[in-house]
Amino acid sequence: MRNSLTIARRELSGYFATPVAYVFIVVFLVLNASLAFFLGNFFERAQADLQSFFMWHTWLYLFLIPAISMRLWAEERRQGTIELLLTLPISVADAVVGKFLAAWAFTGIALALTFPMWLTVNWLGQPDNGVILASYVGSFLMAGAFLAIGAAISAITKSQVIAFVLAAAVSFLFAVAGSPVVLGFFSRWAPQAVLDAISGFSFLGNFQAVQRGVFDLTTVVFFGSMIALFLFANAVIVELRKAR
Amino acid sequence: MTAMIEIDGLVKHFGPIRAVDGVSFQVARGEVLGFLGPNGAGKSTTMKMATGFLTPTAGMARICGFDVEERPIEAKARLGYLPEGAPLYPDMNAGAFLDFIADIRGLSGDKRRARLDHAVRSANLADVLGQPIDTLSKGFKRRVGLAQAILHDPEVLILDEPTDGLDPNQKHEVRALIASMAKDKAIVISTHILEEVQAICSRCIIIARGKVVADGTPAQLEARSRWHNAVAVTIAPDKVGAVVARLTSLAPVATVETVDLGNAGSGHAKVVAFPKQGQTIIGTVSDALRGASLPVVEIRVETGRLDEVFRTVTLAA
Repeated sequence: MRNSLTIARRELSGYFATPVAYVFIVVFLVLNASLAFFLGNFFERAQADLQSFFMWHTWLYLFLIPAISMRLWAEERRQGTIELLLTLPISVADAVVGKFLAAWAFTGIALALTFPMWLTVNWLGQPDNGVILASYVGSFLMAGAFLAIGAAISAITKSQVIAFVLAAAVSFLFAVAGSPVVLGFFSRWAPQAVLDAISGFSFLGNFQAVQRGVFDLTTVVFFGSMIALFLFANAVIVELRKAR
Repeated sequence: MTAMIEIDGLVKHFGPIRAVDGVSFQVARGEVLGFLGPNGAGKSTTMKMATGFLTPTAGMARICGFDVEERPIEAKARLGYLPEGAPLYPDMNAGAFLDFIADIRGLSGDKRRARLDHAVRSANLADVLGQPIDTLSKGFKRRVGLAQAILHDPEVLILDEPTDGLDPNQKHEVRALIASMAKDKAIVISTHILEEVQAICSRCIIIARGKVVADGTPAQLEARSRWHNAVAVTIAPDKVGAVVARLTSLAPVATVETVDLGNAGSGHAKVVAFPKQGQTIIGTVSDALRGASLPVVEIRVETGRLDEVFRTVTLAA
């Protein structure tokens, strides 16, 4: 764990050593605000809540999170620093968790910087701050799950472009698992129980429940297990590539 | 003498290619092993397996008795490694990078300060600690990589081309550094530079096509050269015919060759007498030349040529 934190610290300072972090944060904030105000009709709805803000998060993450996760392992492999990292006295799990934590903390920072949205609704009316807090936590967890998917995929390749495109594609499948697009593919031959299970994997569905104020353990367990599953896959991929 | 590095039958296949094909050797404390071979012979792949970066197809590597695959953390804690090309995090400052390595190596307090100090001094990095690594010259990057490898005072050092990209002065410093650490460590360096082997290695292994083709001290390998104990005689150009005739007639001399000195000859010619079975012929040769009253500008015994041995054993494989 100490090693994971050391690695996470190094990674996180690496984000801010280049303009990448600042560009990302600015784009994230601008997109968030424009989607909420223009497409989400924040004012027209005349309701003191942040639904028009959170409803876009799944879609934003779909292509912004792979932009963070693509470099996690692909960059190490391209620069050869993975050889340095994996010959230090740490386990592969230390490295996987450390890298993930850094990326997750970074998205946490970006998400936290949307606080003016929260200030705005509180200034305009009396929103249910419990729901808003739950939505923030849910959004952060969902970001973590997308990141874990992207991190595992980044370990497959040394090309960041491939890592980005694949991560976005896989993330899309998970995001819309409950939609007719995905279910239609299975509905002809799979029994209802399977369809229910597949739609249960929908990030969109799980996150929508949170936005309605239904924040229970299921959400935490769902996104938590997705993170654990893909970090495990990440570690397995790194190990397998050593034996290639 | 216990072996600190034990390489036992390492094999690595990349698809249909057998990059490393049963390499075994041991390195004891106090030894500096020069690991030689043509490009693509499997040097780096062997090192990557010895350090636990690649999983071998077969065979095993032990560092200080710890199997690199079974007990990787213990093995890697006792190992300092400079990977091929000295990869480093380009966005980090050199100083921050060494701090990161010190954290991972679990160094703290006075010991940490002392080790960082020593590594920075040994690699001459004091002036560049505040600079981002990607702004450093190739030589400085290599030295940051070296500092990283020796930071925790490891018992085993594996250095893949430690002097690549350094200027002659820096090469000299790095060799002096390696020599100074040799006494209480087991060190493996890979290199293309044969003079480096003669300068610092106590032993040398040549591999070709994934197999060990020669293993011995530099002197032993030199003795395999046909130049070993050959006598080179520098003379005036008009005496070449007479000298060649006289030397060819000697019993222990196998062949005599004239060497074209080109522009470097400054008006002299050079004749080399090669001995039969590497015997010592300097006495016979000098007596014969003196007996025939042939004046000699310079006469010297060759020790043998590592580059020639290298060519012979690697091309034969």
